[in-house]
Amino acid sequence: MKLLDGAGVRADDYERADAARAQALPAAIVPYAELAAAPPADGRRRVGVEVPNTVAPDQIAPFFGRLSLIAVGFPTTGDGRGFSLARRLRRAGFRGVLRAVGPLIADQFPYALACGFDEIELPDSSAQRQPPTQWKRAGAAMTLWYQQGYARPASILEQRRLARQGGQNV
Amino acid sequence: MYRYDEFDERVVRERVAQFRDQVARRLSGSLTEDEFRPLRLQNGLYLQLHSYMLRIAIPYGSLTARQLRQLALIADKYDRGYGHFTTRQNLQFNWPKLREVPDILSLLADVDMHCIQTSGNCIRNVTADQFAGVAADEIEDPRPIGELLRQWSSLHPEFSFLPRKFKIAVGASENDRAVLKAHDLGVRVVRRADSGELGYEIHVGGGLGRTPMIGKIVRDFLPRGQLLAYVEAIMRVYNAEGRRDNKFKARIKILVHEIGLDAFRDRVEREFAAVGVAAAQDENEELTRIAACFAPKPYARLLARSDSFEAAKALNPAFADWTESSLHPHHVEGYAAVTVSLKPIGGVPGDMTSDQMRAFADIAERYSFGELRVTHAQNLVLPHVKKDDLFALWRMLAKSDLAADNAGLITDIISCPGLDYCALATARSIPIAQAISTRFADRGRQRDIGPLQIKISGCINACGHHHVGHIGILGLEKRGQESYQITLGGDASENAAIGELLGPGLGADDVPPAIERIVDTYLELRNEGETFIDTVKRLGVGAFKTAFFVGERNEAA
Repeated sequence: MKLLDGAGVRADDYERADAARAQALPAAIVPYAELAAAPPADGRRRVGVEVPNTVAPDQIAPFFGRLSLIAVGFPTTGDGRGFSLARRLRRAGFRGVLRAVGPLIADQFPYALACGFDEIELPDSSAQRQPPTQWKRAGAAMTLWYQQGYARPASILEQRRLARQGGQNV
Repeated sequence: MYRYDEFDERVVRERVAQFRDQVARRLSGSLTEDEFRPLRLQNGLYLQLHSYMLRIAIPYGSLTARQLRQLALIADKYDRGYGHFTTRQNLQFNWPKLREVPDILSLLADVDMHCIQTSGNCIRNVTADQFAGVAADEIEDPRPIGELLRQWSSLHPEFSFLPRKFKIAVGASENDRAVLKAHDLGVRVVRRADSGELGYEIHVGGGLGRTPMIGKIVRDFLPRGQLLAYVEAIMRVYNAEGRRDNKFKARIKILVHEIGLDAFRDRVEREFAAVGVAAAQDENEELTRIAACFAPKPYARLLARSDSFEAAKALNPAFADWTESSLHPHHVEGYAAVTVSLKPIGGVPGDMTSDQMRAFADIAERYSFGELRVTHAQNLVLPHVKKDDLFALWRMLAKSDLAADNAGLITDIISCPGLDYCALATARSIPIAQAISTRFADRGRQRDIGPLQIKISGCINACGHHHVGHIGILGLEKRGQESYQITLGGDASENAAIGELLGPGLGADDVPPAIERIVDTYLELRNEGETFIDTVKRLGVGAFKTAFFVGERNEAA
C-alpha cells in the first residue's frame, strides 16, 4: 500500500483495526460495521472509518465530530461513485481527512482532489507501475477547468468574468 | 458559430499533451490495457475489428468550412481518404494508428475541435436540432445551451466515471428533430404561455439499445440560469445510484424505470435544492457571452419569393425534384436551409470522401456563410442559402456527386457501420442499406411512397436508431447466420414511439423483398395523402403482418 497526497508520497500513520483494538492505537481506521463501537477521535487519538461508496452521507454525518478521517472505497478504476460521495460528505460538513482507497490511476488524482479528497491509498500493484512522478505530472496536466464550486482555483467561467470586469474598469 | 477563446484553446491544447502522455504510459506498461481503456475511450479512440477508430466531436452538429477542410486533410494524411458521419452528429475515421492519434488531435485543436468524450462512460458530445438557429418554428437557437453543456461536461472531475455513457440532446421547437426523447437527457427550450418567460423542459431516461425507452418529463419548466445546477443534480443522483452490477442495466433509463419517475424526480429535486442556484447569474452571463457567437448572419433583404428560383424549377424537373426533398423553411425571407443527402443510391450512408469535403467547404463558403451542419440522419445541411442561389448550388453539388434528391425518402436510410467495421456488431448493416437503396432507386416510386424512414442497426446497441425507424431493421446473429428483425411504427419525432416487431428474423437476401411487401401494403391501404407512419399508426402493425407472412410464403414457394 502506498499513500499519496498533493505533495507526494507520505507515510501512513493509520492502521486498520477493529473497534476494540482502535482504543489502544494512536491512529486507526475501523470498518464501517464497527463505526458505532469505535472510540471517538480526540487530542491524543485519531480515528477513521472506511466506508463503501454506496453509503448514504446522512448515515455517517452524526459521527463527523468523532472522526478524523473517512476512507472511501473505489472497488475498481471505473467506479466513480466515490467522487460524488466525497462531494456530499464535504457538503454535509465533514472537515477531517478524506481518503480514496483503491486502484485509481494518476489521471484521476486531480479529479479526486477537486471532489474533496485529500489523499489516495493505492494497492501495491498499481503503485509499482505508476511511480510518484507520474502522479505529479498527471496532477498538473490540466491547469484550467470549466466547473465551478470544486476544490480548486478559479474556474474558466470565473476567470472570464474577472476579465470582463477588468475590461469595464479600464 | 462558437469560436474558442484563450481558455477553450488552452484546454484542448493541454488535453492533447495529456493524451500524448497517456499513450506513452500505456506503451511503457505503466498503465494496463484495462486502465488505459477508459482514457482512450474518453478521447474517442475505439479498438475496432480491423483497426483503431477515432471519433471526432462535432458539438451540436455545427461545423465551419475551415473545420471541414481540416477533416479532409486528416482523412488524406492519416486515414484512407474518407470519413463517416454518425447518428450522433460525429465524424469517424476508421483507420488511424495509435501513435499518430496525438498528432491528429493537435491538427483538430488548430481548428477548435477535439475528440473529448465521444466515447466512454461519461457525458458524450451534445447533439442538437440540425436546423438550430435557422428553423422558422424554433423559440430560439438552442446551440448556446449546447455549448454551455459541452463546456460544463468537459473533463468533469465528478462525472467522468459514470455507470454508463450519458447522451444529451438540445432543441427549441415543438417539432423534435434531435430525437430528444431517445436521449438520457433531452433539454427543450420552452416559453410559458401565461408569462412568456423562457425556460427549459427536461426529459430524462430515454434511450435505445437493448431496452428501448422513451424519455419522460422530469421537469416541465426550469427557469433560465438554473440549467447547470439541475443537470448537476441529475448527474449526481445517477452517478451515486445508477446500477453498476450489470452493464446492460446501467443507463439512467433503467434507474428511472426501476425506482419510478416520481421517486427519481424527488431525489433530483432534493439534490437540486442542496446544490442551490447561487450561480444563476453566472450562468446567464456565460450564456449571453456564448450566444453572441451565434448572432444572426448578415442576411440580405430579399423577397420571400424568388423569381429566378421558380423559373429554374419550371425549366428543370430534376432540379425541382431535388428542391422538393431538400429544402427546409428558413426564418429569414428569401433564404432556405438545404439538406444535402449523403445517401446516393447504393452508397454507404454517411460516408464522405476528402475531395467531397473540400468541395463542400468551398460551396459552404460561397453560399452559406461558411457554415454547415451534420444531421443525426447522417446527412449535411447548408443552413443559410439564398433561394436565388439554389439552382447554381445544385449544379455545384452535382459535380461532387452530392446532389442526391432523396432526403427524407425511403432511400435516405440511417445505418450504423455494422459488421464491416464495428467490433460490437452481430451482422452487416451497410450492405443491407445499399440493397434497399438500389431496389427503390426509381425517383418516381420514391416520391409516390413519400416520407419514410428506414433505420438499420447491426446489433442490439442500436446506433442505427432502428427502434425509432418507421421501418426498423436489426441485424442479429443466429446459429452463425445473419438474421434481420423488422419492426414497424417507430417514430423519432415529438411523437416518439418504439417500433413493434413484425415477425421472425429474415436472412440478408430476404430483407429488401420484405421491405417491398410492407411498402406495397402501405400503398394499397393508405388514405389519400396519408404518410407511411400515419397509416401504420391508424391500422396497427397487424395489418402489415398478414401481408408480410403471406408474401413470405409466396416467395418461399
